[in-house]
Amino acid sequence: MQDLLRTFLRNRKAAIGLTIVLAYVLIALVAPLIAPFDPIARVGRPHQAPSAEHWLGTTRMGRDVFSQLIWGTRTSLMVGIVAGLIVTAIGTFIGITAAYFGGLVDDVLNFFTNVVLVLPQLPLLLVLAAFLGQVGPWAIALIIGLTSWAWGARVTRAQAMSLKTRDFIQASAMIGEPTWRMILVEMLPNLLSIIGFNFIGSVIFTIITEATLEFLGLGSPLALSWGTMLYNAQTASAIMVGAWWEVLAPCGAIVLIGIGLSLMNFGVDEIANPRMRTLGNVAKALRIEKRLLRQRMQEANQ
Amino acid sequence: MRFLLKRLGFYAVAFLVAATFNFMIPRMLPGNPADIMLANSGGMIAPEAREALMATFGFIDAPLHEQYFSYLGSIFTWDFGLSIKFYPMPVTDVLMQALPWTLFLTGAALLISFSVGTLLGILAAWRRGQLTDAIASPTALALQSVPSVVVALCGLYFLSVRNRVFPTSYAFDPKLDPAFSWEFFSSVAYHGFLPVVTLSVVLVGGYLITMRNNMIGQLGEDYLAMAEAKGLSDARVRYAYAARNALLPSVTALALSFGALFGGSLITEVVFNYPGVGNLLYLGIVGRDFPLIQGQLLIMTLAMLLANLAVDLAYVFLDPRLKRA
Repeated sequence: MQDLLRTFLRNRKAAIGLTIVLAYVLIALVAPLIAPFDPIARVGRPHQAPSAEHWLGTTRMGRDVFSQLIWGTRTSLMVGIVAGLIVTAIGTFIGITAAYFGGLVDDVLNFFTNVVLVLPQLPLLLVLAAFLGQVGPWAIALIIGLTSWAWGARVTRAQAMSLKTRDFIQASAMIGEPTWRMILVEMLPNLLSIIGFNFIGSVIFTIITEATLEFLGLGSPLALSWGTMLYNAQTASAIMVGAWWEVLAPCGAIVLIGIGLSLMNFGVDEIANPRMRTLGNVAKALRIEKRLLRQRMQEANQ
Repeated sequence: MRFLLKRLGFYAVAFLVAATFNFMIPRMLPGNPADIMLANSGGMIAPEAREALMATFGFIDAPLHEQYFSYLGSIFTWDFGLSIKFYPMPVTDVLMQALPWTLFLTGAALLISFSVGTLLGILAAWRRGQLTDAIASPTALALQSVPSVVVALCGLYFLSVRNRVFPTSYAFDPKLDPAFSWEFFSSVAYHGFLPVVTLSVVLVGGYLITMRNNMIGQLGEDYLAMAEAKGLSDARVRYAYAARNALLPSVTALALSFGALFGGSLITEVVFNYPGVGNLLYLGIVGRDFPLIQGQLLIMTLAMLLANLAVDLAYVFLDPRLKRA
């Protein structure tokens, strides 16, 4: 485990990504301590531009945008992590079960996964949220978690299928290891990178989707989150009156955490797939060799 | 041929699942959509229409399975009932007016982002570690994690509000009548530019990364060394050999990205007030127009399945092994 962490951190992209994400986690944890104002109190005149007192200006209601942003970090991260865990749990379970048992189980699960994959997801989420009425962040996490597992199930299944043909798995099957041990001890550790990849990707997807749903007015308007900030900015026509800080602040927060998480995922990918790392060097070496060869040919001709 | 038939069967079942889901949602939730709609319509719908409304949802006075079959029947006769928001227009008419705009938006964005993303992905993999790769790959990575809301809002703010380069809403100048004229088409292009660019920016990163990874997977293969040894030009090895094979997984990724395409176009249409089906779905949700929402969801599912079918056809064309099987 420690080895894994060390390899992960040696990857520059992963290290930068992890730093960004940890910074967000820290902000979320100490939100009440570092937010300069009460995020839902009127603390200034409406639509004030950023100043020394209000770093990111105020909303139409005269609320401090910076404090809202800090509190919103909490909601977005929690929703992202909860939905990410649900997605990963369902996807991993379905993927491994399908691959391990094969046959009819695989046929049914795989078919089910593929059906979910071809349904238009965002419209479906919108409709579900609309029928449920204005839903809170936890309900959003649950809806996203329960509807977004198909991609993860598909890639986990593919990886587990190729794993199943390896010698050590065949050998443990022949020794007569029980099913639970085969899955939990033999297969799961070898699927960790794909599971981690799935989890991080799901967190990104959830944070983006939550903000989108709330922006469209399907979330609870009382929630303190980046999406609700965007929604309030939109209903206050912040863009049209030139209150750019109200829109760009949550946008920036979403983009930065998205980049941080993607960088981490790139790191996971490069560790799991060594070809992504080394082939560049091989290609470079080949090119240099070719150039040298051409030079030598020219010299020989002269 | 057998491959395509199998896919067709799969899509038929997928559509049935979506339709069933659509049938179940209003029934699983508390309250009766017809009553909610009557209450929200503010007297626009006569109480006598309640029966008809109930029937729209298949809430006829019959056991559940009969309700289900009557609902399925209404789908196959292309009858989604009447819209509440655009009362008394049938949902089908409302949707058909908006569909061309969404097809224009998504089609243009798909064409641009897939070709640009794939081409840059090929170059980035080929010149791995060089300038093209060093600029294109991290940018694509960043773009991939930028939600369409953010791109659309930033585009709107910087290019339509702050600097009035592009219009803030509509598909064409409302002063114009749709006509087969240069003036009309240039107005459509002018109004569509920012939405199409927004959508392309959101999608291009994914295609670039996928293609780059596929290409890297091909680079070590023997047939490339062979092609190079034969003395073929660099460009020929790159495009006609490596890229041709690397394109297959990219086409699969294309099919998977249609969901993102529809979602992205929904957001873009809302932000730019563009009269497509996404904006319509939004208006339907805000106005609690349940027949419109349900019809819309089915149309979007159908569009998604057709798009997937198109990709399957492209796959058969690109991968001759499937034709023989």
